[in-house]
Amino acid sequence: MEPEQEKGKRRNTEMIVISYVFIALFLSLAAYLIWFNIARRTGINKNVNNTKQEAVSSNVIRGSILTENGEQLAYSEVDYTGNETRIYPYGSLFAHVVGYASNGRSGLEASENSTLQKSSSSLLKQLKDTAKSEKRRGDNLIVSLNATLQQAAWNALGSYNGAVIVMEPDSGKILAMVSKPDFDPNSIPELWDSMVDEKNGGSALLNRATQGLYPPGSTFKILTTLAYLREHPEDYQNFSYNCTGYLQGDEITIQCYNGEVHGQENLEQAFAYSCNTAFASIGTGLDVSDFRKTAEQFLFNHSLPVDEIPYSQSEFSLNRDSTADEKMTTAFGQGDTLVTPLHMALITSTVANGGIMMKPYLVSAVQSFDGETVSTAKPEIYDQLMTVDESQTLTKYMQDVVTEGTGAGLSYENFSVAGKTGSAEYESNGTTGTHSWFTGFSNVDDPDIVVTVLAEDGGTGSSTAVPIAQQIFEAYYTYVK
Amino acid sequence: MPVSLTNLSTILAQVSKYLIIILMVIYTVQCYTVFRYRTKQSQSYVFTRQNVSMFIIHFVAYLIMFLDQQNIQIAVFYVIQLAYLLLALLLLTHLYPKSSRLLVNNMLMLIAIGLIMITRLTYASAVRQFEMEAVGTVLALIIPVIVRKAMGLTKLTWFYVFVGLGLLALVLVAARSTYGAKLSLSIHGFTFQPSEFVKIIFVFAVAGLLSGKKDRKRIIIATALAAAHVLILVASTDLGSALIFFITYLVMLFAATRNPFLVLSGVVAGILAAVLAYFMFAHVRVRVQVWLDPFSDYAGTGYQVSQSLFSIAAGGWFGTGLGQGSPTAIPVVQQDFMFSAICEELGGIFAICLILVCLSCFIMFINIAMKLENRFYRLVALGLGSTYAVQCFLTVGGDMKMIPMTGVTLPLVSYGGSSALATIVTFSIVQGLYTMRRDEEDKDEEEKYGQYGSYGQYPDDGYGSYGQKKQNSRVDPGPGNQSEFGRK
Repeated sequence: MEPEQEKGKRRNTEMIVISYVFIALFLSLAAYLIWFNIARRTGINKNVNNTKQEAVSSNVIRGSILTENGEQLAYSEVDYTGNETRIYPYGSLFAHVVGYASNGRSGLEASENSTLQKSSSSLLKQLKDTAKSEKRRGDNLIVSLNATLQQAAWNALGSYNGAVIVMEPDSGKILAMVSKPDFDPNSIPELWDSMVDEKNGGSALLNRATQGLYPPGSTFKILTTLAYLREHPEDYQNFSYNCTGYLQGDEITIQCYNGEVHGQENLEQAFAYSCNTAFASIGTGLDVSDFRKTAEQFLFNHSLPVDEIPYSQSEFSLNRDSTADEKMTTAFGQGDTLVTPLHMALITSTVANGGIMMKPYLVSAVQSFDGETVSTAKPEIYDQLMTVDESQTLTKYMQDVVTEGTGAGLSYENFSVAGKTGSAEYESNGTTGTHSWFTGFSNVDDPDIVVTVLAEDGGTGSSTAVPIAQQIFEAYYTYVK
Repeated sequence: MPVSLTNLSTILAQVSKYLIIILMVIYTVQCYTVFRYRTKQSQSYVFTRQNVSMFIIHFVAYLIMFLDQQNIQIAVFYVIQLAYLLLALLLLTHLYPKSSRLLVNNMLMLIAIGLIMITRLTYASAVRQFEMEAVGTVLALIIPVIVRKAMGLTKLTWFYVFVGLGLLALVLVAARSTYGAKLSLSIHGFTFQPSEFVKIIFVFAVAGLLSGKKDRKRIIIATALAAAHVLILVASTDLGSALIFFITYLVMLFAATRNPFLVLSGVVAGILAAVLAYFMFAHVRVRVQVWLDPFSDYAGTGYQVSQSLFSIAAGGWFGTGLGQGSPTAIPVVQQDFMFSAICEELGGIFAICLILVCLSCFIMFINIAMKLENRFYRLVALGLGSTYAVQCFLTVGGDMKMIPMTGVTLPLVSYGGSSALATIVTFSIVQGLYTMRRDEEDKDEEEKYGQYGSYGQYPDDGYGSYGQKKQNSRVDPGPGNQSEFGRK
């Protein structure tokens, strides 16, 4: 019998090979489904095209949006006939970041829709609701925004169109996000037609903090300086330039703002005084592909580590074919470069946080209606984008901006500030103007917050954005810290 | 406030979804653990418990649907199905006591799950599906007899070739176009998809061609004929079936020749053909594009797969509960995307169990193939097993966007009369082969049962300690095994 058994075994070898291949295929199906449910599910549920939530919304009362201090930013009121009305107690204050939930959705109302529609209440509670013919209660969203700071930022921006972002550089937590012009989300159904009307510009719905693309102006000198430091790690301190107020390019003439003449200066001084001609000259000397590499490492032309709110992608277009003039203008933040205030806040946070960019976040936690914590956000590192040495050098330069340069308006405070101003000239539809930028952080030794301000048509950074930032820093140290 | 029936069904759907999942998990685990029991009696006990799980799932699901829709038709339909399932179970296990009980259980389980889901999606389709399955089950009672008696089945190679190629060619010429592919023939208002049945005929043809002498000429002829089948299907733009035929042929070729280089060159040829198809056919490029990023053309070509992903994601691990989701948002859900509908309403855990039940069927097919002595029948069982496995893989993988969508059905679970009928026939042919083999074994008492398989973990039904030395001492058939006892 033995030989025959051997033969039988040999005869089945190919069957066994085949069956293992197919077993592996079947198991790969199961593994893929497990992976899908762990890694892809949330993203697919939040997909903008996903209509599944509409079906759910009919039997769930939408959860509330609250701050960590318990202030309600949005909640649903149900009348005796079962009609649901969404209430925004702060009116237009959180219009863009919290968004609206009628006539479509925007802001957190859109991106966290599936969370607000999902009920993580205990099964027993859900069953009781169902038995009583009551709708189930969606989960509550606890957001990182601070109502006091948001109000201060909103007040400080005043009547300017533009945006303010306040965030913690060491955690990525966003404390305030203001965009103007704004709207009252309570009145969206009535205001809708006039708001989306082309004649009215239709731009009040745009969240300028994350979706507005602006020329960065001199705030971009942070990255130009970084590119220069990387190209001259040993001798950047020997940099010397004699500013005569203008620099002749091939077809254009670069001028320092307001015709100022800065005279003989080193790199630190050129940065502090925001000397355009010095940076234009740096631009002509930089290796274009290295410069581009630095810009792209800081996520120009790339997506940001943000998934809670829609944003625009910043643009940096310098390449090997660019002309000398383009290199010059790009180096001091004009040229074709475009950036969002959120992105500028992230770059500033990276400097403040020793070179590490944190993933920004707005949702601190999710709680079920009966108060159980469903999930809690943890600060996440995006990447180390510059060395500690580089971040310290840039911090020192940015502190000079405040102590002796264009940010001097912030030098008399009882907290230290490091930052960079920007006066971004633009031309659109034949009209020209200057957007006012400031981006910086306070308590330089152990940074507390980053504040990024953009005031459209605000003139120089010093005249408009710096005083706005000053009010926000003061509010933070008076009421929040 | 009074609790209305609709509310009751919502509550029931919430609670019962966990019950359904637990029962399904138990059923699935038993598919794999049943053979650890040594006595036929205790195995039989486990098999019966599997049936109990099935009947409870079936009952609970129909109860939910009845309360939800409050349609007496559903209650009547349930009772008819219950009678069918009981009768089928009773007849299949008692008329053919030597057939694989696990395959019977799995077949009925898959039919039950399919009927539940199709009823939930479109009641009228479920009735048509049920009619076809009833016809199929009658065939299932006859086929094992035919397989055993008609020894001529092994000699009809050229008949199979001509019938198979002829039917496929007929479809290519005369079929009306459904969903971009020529699939079905309509005769006197009765629509059927010949490719579902040609799958079986094809396996018989290839088995006939490859079971004889294995000289080069023979292999070339077989390959040319298989290629003809595949090319006609490609011309009908039925790429899913073409792929099933192609892979099945390679599997059978490997089993017949044990030559890995032949298979390797087949795989290379297949990849070249796929690349060629990509550049030649716009609809292939579209499917690849949709696979890479369904959302880039969400409103157009990507809509179906996007909706499928939304369904799977909406279901998560536990599902929304039967009737609580919206799987009908997926176009052609009950044919091509049944798996996604199951994921949405019955949940990911249930769906994983379903994959494992299908795998259990495939393992049983292979296990039976390994026990068969006759080369022709070995190849038939193997070939049928691989058509089944490839089809499961293509549809489940396509629904999850793991692979590009090919548009084939999940056997027995998806809606499709031809597919259901052909699958039941497939199962019963394999059962027939198995019954025949076990009859032969019984005739030769000296036969050593352990010698046919080294498939240690997965021995066949009814035999005890498998793969051990004392193979000859068979488990004493207990009183619960009288029919087999009587046969001796």
